Amino acid sequence: MLSFYSLLYKEVFRVWKVGFQTVLAPVLTALLYLLIFSHVLAQHVEVYPGVHYTAFLIPGLMMMAMLQNAFANSSSSLIQSKITGNIVFVLLAPIAYWEFFAAYVLASMLRGLVVGIGVYLAALWFAQPPLQFPIWIIVFAVLGSAMLGSLGVVAGMWAEKFDQLAGFQNFIIMPLTFLSGVFYSIHSLPPFWQELSRFNPFFYVIDGFRYGFFGVSDISPWVSLMVTSGCMLGLTLLSLALLKSGYKLRY
Amino acid sequence: MALRTCCRYAVMISHSRRDPFNLMPPAIDVRQARKRYGQLQALDGVDLRIEQGEFVGLLGPNGAGKTTLINLLAGLALPDDGQLSILGHNVVKQYRASRRVLGVVPQELAFDPFFTVRETLRLQSGFFGLRRNDAWINEVMRHLDLTGKADTNMRRLSGGMKRRVLVAQALVHKPPVIVLDEPTAGVDVELRQSLWRFIQQLNREGHTILLTTHYLEEAEALCTRIAMLKHGRIVALDSTQNLLSNLAGCRVRLKLAGCLPVALLPHVVEQTNSDYLLALPTYQALESVLAELRMAGVAVQEMTLQQSDLEEVFLRLVGRTVQ
Ligand SMILES: Nc1ncnc2c1ncn2[C@@H]1O[C@H](COP(=O)(O)OP(=O)(O)O)[C@@H](O)[C@H]1O
Ligand SMILES: [Mg+2]
Repeated sequence: MLSFYSLLYKEVFRVWKVGFQTVLAPVLTALLYLLIFSHVLAQHVEVYPGVHYTAFLIPGLMMMAMLQNAFANSSSSLIQSKITGNIVFVLLAPIAYWEFFAAYVLASMLRGLVVGIGVYLAALWFAQPPLQFPIWIIVFAVLGSAMLGSLGVVAGMWAEKFDQLAGFQNFIIMPLTFLSGVFYSIHSLPPFWQELSRFNPFFYVIDGFRYGFFGVSDISPWVSLMVTSGCMLGLTLLSLALLKSGYKLRY
Repeated sequence: MALRTCCRYAVMISHSRRDPFNLMPPAIDVRQARKRYGQLQALDGVDLRIEQGEFVGLLGPNGAGKTTLINLLAGLALPDDGQLSILGHNVVKQYRASRRVLGVVPQELAFDPFFTVRETLRLQSGFFGLRRNDAWINEVMRHLDLTGKADTNMRRLSGGMKRRVLVAQALVHKPPVIVLDEPTAGVDVELRQSLWRFIQQLNREGHTILLTTHYLEEAEALCTRIAMLKHGRIVALDSTQNLLSNLAGCRVRLKLAGCLPVALLPHVVEQTNSDYLLALPTYQALESVLAELRMAGVAVQEMTLQQSDLEEVFLRLVGRTVQ
């Protein structure tokens, strides 16, 4: 257990030592989105009746930041350790593969949640979304960051170079987040894109998360819960299986 | 030297007392280990058994498979075939138990730039499940002359200093089995000496040592047994003494009162007047040389035996120079 705790400590310590990049930068990015989109669109869009567009944006931006940062944390930590070679110290130690997994994912979740809270606090200055069902907010925040933390472990194991990881981020994570309804309700999309969005797991995470704030959503939060938990479970099992086999870590 | 032999005896005796029926598992047991990288058979059926308390050298030219073998022992690579165990723990099936008793100094220099030397060693202790390890960490740092750099960030250390930390990291959990993969490559004389003193002390205390090095004098001076690897196969495995005497034979310098009998001419390596240097395949051959001289009635005025060094053995077995 102490091995796990030490690895978790190392992963968390790594984040805080460069807290400026890892926490403040994503908060600033989210604020810029908020500023620009709310300024441009606030007069034209009312997604849910009685919900101001700026307030509507906040949960989506929070979740987007959480997902991206949870992913970035485990994936970049792994690839850095692989490229600099210091992953050897973890590989030589009697750390079980599931302890390895748990440490990387928990550290990612922590970073995701802290960034999410940071975005929320900073955004309060612009608008104050209600907090209808805090339990749903917490559940989706935890599940979403765990899911992307696991995906980050898989991507970090798979990638051999930084640009492969950047490709993963730019061609998979970014499109999925942008097309998940961060900036709009999918009901405002043409039918084809609406259908397509239903295949995007990130859509369910954001929709369920938003339900916690406003008490309204595009689809039932229970459906979102099922899809999100299913994806998280699938990615957890995948990364555990890869770690157990030593995929690209133990040659 | 005498002290060392005596202490080694003490280790052996204490072992046999604790284990009168010879049930102690070998420190390292490798059976038919195979590892292929693409087209290349890096290890081709390696067998190696090292008993507890031994100090064994693993030698071989670059690319022979030494690091691959060590990686298999450490679980850094997985074998295609064969069984490997550390103190009886299978390195694949019982990986946690086997890693707990093994300390590996990797060949490649690696470090975590986020930490100081002391933080690095504390963290590594934590990875091995050790909570309060500062007393031992301080001792290891003292032996490796790292105390002055304890609170320096890893990034700021020179290459030699980083190498010392790498050794220290392998020792944080006082592993009974210690494997060093070229720990002295590109390292100053000072560290080499302090490192060997420390490693010898650990060996005297009962730790088993497996060492790869490019410096044959080191292996010759330190190791009681030597394994030679070539193209992924063990080509020699014997005590250092046997390797030196049996395989390379010996050299005799003779000062004679007369001429060397013709029968002995093929052995001559060097001659100045009545000084001869003969190379003999084995020590036993010395007997026939003396018999030959007696029969010819040539008196021996002086005789000195010269041992061949490991470099010669190495050349013979591996067929090229080390570097
Ligand atoms: N991860 C790897 N992928 C491909 N080939 C490798 C890998 N590791 C080692 N090899 C090859 O295996 C052979 C043995 O290498 P190694 O064990 O490092 O030799 P040594 O340590 O004796 O110099 C070399 O030819 C090396 O190129
Ligand atoms: Mg090597």
